[in-house]
Amino acid sequence: MDKQEERELAARLVSEIKALAEKTGRKLRFMEVCGTHTVAIFRAGIRQLLPDNVELVSGPGCPVCVTPDDYMDKAIAYALHPDVIITTFGDMLKVPGTRSSLSEAKTNGADIRIVYSPLDSIQIAKDNPDKKVVFLAVGFETTAPTAAATVLAAEQQGVNNLFMLSAQKLVPPVMEVLLNDEQVHVDGFILPGHVSVVTGTGIYEPIVQKYHVPGVVTGFEPLQILRALYRLVKQVAAGEARVENEYEEVVRPEGNPVSQRITDTVYEAADTGWRGMGIVPLSGLKMRSEYAAFDIEQVMPLPEGELPPAKKTACRCGEVLRGIVTPQDCPLFGKACVPTHAIGPCMVSVEGVCAAWFKYGQGRFEYGK
Amino acid sequence: MCLAVPAKVLEIDNAIGKVEISGVSREVSMMLLPEAKPGDFVLVHAGFAMQIVDEKDAEETNALLAEMKGAPRTVGAIEESVSNG
Repeated sequence: MDKQEERELAARLVSEIKALAEKTGRKLRFMEVCGTHTVAIFRAGIRQLLPDNVELVSGPGCPVCVTPDDYMDKAIAYALHPDVIITTFGDMLKVPGTRSSLSEAKTNGADIRIVYSPLDSIQIAKDNPDKKVVFLAVGFETTAPTAAATVLAAEQQGVNNLFMLSAQKLVPPVMEVLLNDEQVHVDGFILPGHVSVVTGTGIYEPIVQKYHVPGVVTGFEPLQILRALYRLVKQVAAGEARVENEYEEVVRPEGNPVSQRITDTVYEAADTGWRGMGIVPLSGLKMRSEYAAFDIEQVMPLPEGELPPAKKTACRCGEVLRGIVTPQDCPLFGKACVPTHAIGPCMVSVEGVCAAWFKYGQGRFEYGK
Repeated sequence: MCLAVPAKVLEIDNAIGKVEISGVSREVSMMLLPEAKPGDFVLVHAGFAMQIVDEKDAEETNALLAEMKGAPRTVGAIEESVSNG
């Protein structure tokens, strides 16, 4: 398909979406729950393209953003321990905790190393046998198997100084929280592409049935996102609610069974805290008791009182993540909080709604117009 | 963070795959995708091959990736379609 054909198809999809939405006689609101979708939607200007009666809103799809202060505080406390080397994906470095960030801890001498893969931590552990190497295991269902596989590889290789500080999150439970939140209104979900590569499409079925809200798995190209929106509007207009797959060339219905099995070997579902949403039952993963020897919180618990008390902040990231306010409703956005001096995690992460809004949307469109 | 990067598998030895990502060769773990073979295109996430994909999808992901790594905005095809009617 050449560019001209793509444009014609996009224009046609938009007019179909408009016509179908008009049939419902109300304004429709769809949410994406994946940070990469957030960036892709802003980048292609899809919000501006849509008719007045279709609104897009970003949900809690950015792992860095949903990680609460107390996790960052724990990570910083471990980082400041002289026996500890922290390994982490780079985007965690500048996320603020209550008092400081890992970046500040690093400046103050903490040994914090950015890794491309959790597996890189194994070599670091082998090279530093007298240290405890702690990988910051954050992320959604896509990333969990990589941490689990790293634990299994460490076990197999007899590496006993590699540990996880786990804060993995699961997408479906938080979708359910949003559907039960009176402040949030969602008519359908753009379901994450790469999470679904691992999980398959079945995990969304119970929620879609229970709440009668459609969901469409899709990729990251503008046309894929528009097709997903078309399929969502079509379902709403027909009074239907199904899980559909607009990313069939990549996402298989069964997902990646090996990944699922490896995650399930090391981790089990547990209650976990989300920024802006508090503790959500069974919305995260914790290490099974068989793997307690790889869980830093079991092996080296932080003493009581080592974590700072929660602080008040003007940052509204928690509400932005639930789609109930826009970045522009935050008093800090674009003033005290900009990408080069980010105050909240929604601006720190490239996948954050505030960062995407600042980079792509600044002053150029009205939210939900 | 969940973004997976397309890569071509060049060779596999003992569950370690040598792959080519945007012209750069590197090693990834094949532990989560034991069925992949040399010549396949795969999605790589955090150093692990996660899924076999076709070549076309592999190419299309690259512009988005560049912008997530900080490249300036490039105007998307869709937006142009509206301004051009």
